Amino acid sequence: MAEQSQPQRTPLYDEHLKAGGRMVDFAGWQLPVRYTDVIAEHRAVRRAAGLFDVSHMGEIRFRGPGAKAFLQYLTPNDVAKLKPGRAHYSGLLSERGTYLDDVLLYMLAEDDYLMVVNAANREQDVAWIRGHEHPDCTIEDQSDDFALLALQGPKAAAILARHTPLDLGAIRYYRFARGTVCGEEAIVSRTGYTGEDGFELYLAPPSAPVVWRTLLADGEADGLVPAGLGARDTLRLEAGMALYGHEIDQRRTPYEAGLGWVVKLGKGDFIGRQALVEQRQRGVEERLVGFEIKGKGIARPGCRVIAGGRPVGTVASGTWSPTLERAIGTTYVPAALAEPGTALGVEVRNRLLEAAVVPLPFYHRR
Amino acid sequence: MVPKDCLYSKNHEWIRVVEDDLCVLGITDFAQSELGEVVYVELPEVGQSFAAGDEIGTIESVKAVAEIYTPVGGEIVEVNETLDDHPEKVNDDPYGAGWLAKLRMASADELGELLDAEGYEKLISQDG
Repeated sequence: MAEQSQPQRTPLYDEHLKAGGRMVDFAGWQLPVRYTDVIAEHRAVRRAAGLFDVSHMGEIRFRGPGAKAFLQYLTPNDVAKLKPGRAHYSGLLSERGTYLDDVLLYMLAEDDYLMVVNAANREQDVAWIRGHEHPDCTIEDQSDDFALLALQGPKAAAILARHTPLDLGAIRYYRFARGTVCGEEAIVSRTGYTGEDGFELYLAPPSAPVVWRTLLADGEADGLVPAGLGARDTLRLEAGMALYGHEIDQRRTPYEAGLGWVVKLGKGDFIGRQALVEQRQRGVEERLVGFEIKGKGIARPGCRVIAGGRPVGTVASGTWSPTLERAIGTTYVPAALAEPGTALGVEVRNRLLEAAVVPLPFYHRR
Repeated sequence: MVPKDCLYSKNHEWIRVVEDDLCVLGITDFAQSELGEVVYVELPEVGQSFAAGDEIGTIESVKAVAEIYTPVGGEIVEVNETLDDHPEKVNDDPYGAGWLAKLRMASADELGELLDAEGYEKLISQDG
């Protein structure tokens, strides 16, 4: 695959450096893992608000009279249920029903959709989509046309309301509107990846720095801070949201991942449907579960998971939870071991940490 | 910033000799700031003996695990048990309340291998 040898910079690269961001390479992009501290940024998002640069995400545009039919075939969720101004969570699945990517799909207008994909998968997603081309639908990789900011947290709406004429109360969860933010044209979407209320702002790249600076300067009194990839990961894991390459990948189906609700078998044919129908009849052999570590130590991705003295899986995600103040993680286990309360062990540097299956998500906002 | 009364390893541990063969060990301010907020510290048992360069424990932050290596050989005589409940002391006061262990050195000769404050400052200015 044609990997970029030089990591790319988002339009906010200079802002990150100015804010003291510790830059790391992530999916071919230079992004801040933290500005001050992961835990402090995490808590700011849970209690007040955080601003994330997620401009690395890919955007693919589908337009034409065949767009709806094409997307119905390409993704498992029911595109016919979307209306202009609404979005839903879906995926790109293989013929085996396994994840090539998880995606957000926005219906911008009749015959006009925007799919948001993971940066690491963007090139292969585009190749896969083009491989199934529909005569009445154009496909355009518009990733370079968008910068993306995520303003997340209980204070997000109050902060944003001061900088947009849009009626944010009318933009309910998984809906969006077009309007200006800090005077710049934007798509304002009530979505996010933190488990908090919040918005994702799609902007033209040259608009991003002024929106970033204005929101941060004005939101400071509300407790708004810039937040990096580290907090983004602990927040999404607490909220039980999947990360491609961890909870989901080419070996896992939505049913195994606890995401069966994105699969609408009744909507007609789509890629992977047959395999999913069969898996549903058979029942899944393995299931994604959450676990908590008892005592000290953090289970990290790749650590071996033990039950009844035998290896049963590996840790998918694992970190320390700033909200629960203990180590948490996810793993796939045989379906018989998926009940909350089931005792597990996790091997960490030759030690066996005691763990127990707990219900997902770890955190639910009140 | 780098205390003059300590000696330093290239792995970012510090050693402070408090009397004869007794010394205190910790990680440097540079090391704690690279790690981020510490959430767990795993320390050795009192009475355990180690050679210079041995791993004596680990420090975990949200994003990373760091092994602690003792820059000098000897026997552990005390560990900082307050870190059990307050691991953040490693961040807040790495050269003071965030100390990790006290050990009785087998040979003070090994101190000669370590960097002084000036040498360590040079090292981190290259790393940073």
